[in-house]
Amino acid sequence: MGLLDQQFENDNVFITSLDGLFNWARLSSLWQMQFGLACCAIEMMAASASHFDSMRFGVIPRATPRQTDVMFVAGTVTIKMAQRIKRLYDQMAEPRYVISMGSCSNCGGPYWEHGYSVLKGVDRVIPVDVYIPGCPPRPEALLEGIMKLQEKIRHESLAKKKSIAV
Amino acid sequence: MLQPPTLPTNYTIKPGHIKTSTGKTIRTEEMIVNMGPQHPSTHGVLRLEIVIDGEIVRECIPHIGYLHRCFEKHAEQMTNYQQVIPYTDRMDYCSAMTNEWGYALAVERMLKIEVPERVEYIRVIMAELQRIASHLIAVGTYGIDSGAFTPFLYTFIDREPILDLFEMTCGARLLYNYIWIGGLSHDLPPKFIEQAKEFCKYFRPRLKQFNDLLSYNEIFVKRTANVGVIPKDVAINYAISGPQLRGCGVDWDLRRDDPYSVYHKLDWQVQVGKGELGTSLGDCWNRHMVRMREMEQSLNIIEQALAGLPEGNVKAAIPKRIRPDKDAEIYVRTEGSRGELGYYIISDGTASPFRVKARGPAFVNLSVLPEIARGCMLADLVLIAGSIDIVLGEVDR
Amino acid sequence: MTAQEVFTVLKAQFGDALTEEKISAAGGSAAVGYALQEWISIAPEKTKDICFFLRDDNEMQFDYLSCLSGVDYNNGKLGIVYHLFSMVHKHKLVLKTLCTKDHPHIQSVSEVWGTANWHEREVFDLFGITIDGHPDLRRILLPDDWVGNPLRKDYKVQEFYHGIKVPY
Repeated sequence: MGLLDQQFENDNVFITSLDGLFNWARLSSLWQMQFGLACCAIEMMAASASHFDSMRFGVIPRATPRQTDVMFVAGTVTIKMAQRIKRLYDQMAEPRYVISMGSCSNCGGPYWEHGYSVLKGVDRVIPVDVYIPGCPPRPEALLEGIMKLQEKIRHESLAKKKSIAV
Repeated sequence: MLQPPTLPTNYTIKPGHIKTSTGKTIRTEEMIVNMGPQHPSTHGVLRLEIVIDGEIVRECIPHIGYLHRCFEKHAEQMTNYQQVIPYTDRMDYCSAMTNEWGYALAVERMLKIEVPERVEYIRVIMAELQRIASHLIAVGTYGIDSGAFTPFLYTFIDREPILDLFEMTCGARLLYNYIWIGGLSHDLPPKFIEQAKEFCKYFRPRLKQFNDLLSYNEIFVKRTANVGVIPKDVAINYAISGPQLRGCGVDWDLRRDDPYSVYHKLDWQVQVGKGELGTSLGDCWNRHMVRMREMEQSLNIIEQALAGLPEGNVKAAIPKRIRPDKDAEIYVRTEGSRGELGYYIISDGTASPFRVKARGPAFVNLSVLPEIARGCMLADLVLIAGSIDIVLGEVDR
Repeated sequence: MTAQEVFTVLKAQFGDALTEEKISAAGGSAAVGYALQEWISIAPEKTKDICFFLRDDNEMQFDYLSCLSGVDYNNGKLGIVYHLFSMVHKHKLVLKTLCTKDHPHIQSVSEVWGTANWHEREVFDLFGITIDGHPDLRRILLPDDWVGNPLRKDYKVQEFYHGIKVPY
């Protein structure tokens, strides 16, 4: 049981909020879609290899979008690819999150000015939760991005959000 | 003792109708299956449109362009020749040092600049370290393609010391902007030479361990032998280069045969596929073994270069504004990790290039896939595509 | 064989298909040292015949097409540059052909060298030069319904593509 082992005075009855329980479950096992586009993909692979090991965060690569919670858009998104990314995002089951890794998927990266076929930021086609800067970001930066996403999930709520009166 | 594999190479079952043993006839049809831009063999965004009859591939049509990042347009728009170098890094991102070197060499030849000898030796050391790192990615992911996950972990652990060496020198792990026109951006830091020597000592037994784990594993040999055979004349007609060409038995390496830098001063052998253990020349196993053996030769080169590293400056005297002659143009080819990396640069006398064409080896090597994939099984197709060792940044540029 | 010798043989064989030649002032073989490369200019309608001859002739045997690049010369002319190499005799050659923007047609060499197939598709995609006789001429790097040829000097990026904003 790891962190929860031998920590409590009473036995068998833990009291928590439903939000806390669901969020804890969701952030501890974020399955990633194995989807590397360009150079950042190599750093993403290095992050899931043994030196940096993203599996200790619960992040394991899965091949199909139907079984994943988080999509790391790692690398340059071209316009030809953008339509496929939208489709893959639609195929993920909710709750789903997107981490944009690297400057190319944040904002177009070094290709922002003259890249006619580069999509200037993946947030033009799908909603992004966490942006990780870098070209390419170090694997540790990716792990910090995962931790930031986990923080974000920790503060989510199952209750309906109140709309903001405009 | 490994037995030579005895698999048939091309499977032929007539499409159309199949008879059951009780005499009933079932109509069969070919299907078009899409191995889309997102697929778990981590070779990047390649789409294969496969016409398949049961399990046998009849046609395989690659679709590329999902990573077209307009390198050539950027090269024309940059304000000087030096600014193109970070873009060359990002083409073949697994092997950035060799890309930068190819471009810097082309511009230096156009301007007729001679670089100091220390620079040549350091460039050789960096390129060979990069070649090892790139081949490690290739064989690690090739293991995943054939179903073995452990080699991937082994190779990525071995990459870390190399990336540490690069980070120590120029600050970056993957894309360096280190080899500049006329020299290098920084000199080697003080501890580089000892750490590099330690790496060479550490890595040699790891290669043997890796060979025992994967290359001579009976399952791996049976899966990759006699699969995806490229005959020699087809290879030359399709302008294949690099380990793929050497795996066909053609003894051709640009470092020796179209020489540049100080490779002729160092003692190393070109590794050619030999067709051992009952495999055929030009199949996936021979290509894999050429890569494994090339890594060992790269270690030899690095050790000799470290021993013979001269003192000196790391920046040649180049003009402040790089302006080649009007109508000067040059095509220079170097041995990248995947094959012949060529840069064709046309200058119009101004400070930015008029046209830079990058001839990516992976683009050319991939074009032979429709020819060699006919008649193989779907699982073999994954291995054939993996053995070509493509990096989509270079295919699409 | 030097470019000058190849030129003489080609001139004898094909005569009018060679438009103009410029052999550099430095002379000598283009395969040696740092000499900038000399080229031979050929007509765009005869590229296939000349290349078949260059590949099959015993003394030339240019069996390796290193690179095929399109160029926009910014004076209304487009062109293709071929860099040939012979694995047998170890000599190099550069061929160039030109065509105008109004009539951009160049004959295909994909029957001569299999590698030219994809290179010519790329030239068609990025420059808009129609390659006559190509077995499968369609765009390779850009989406099939992209408008324009980006590597031309007068290219303007389109504003929207299927609802996605293209410029920054």
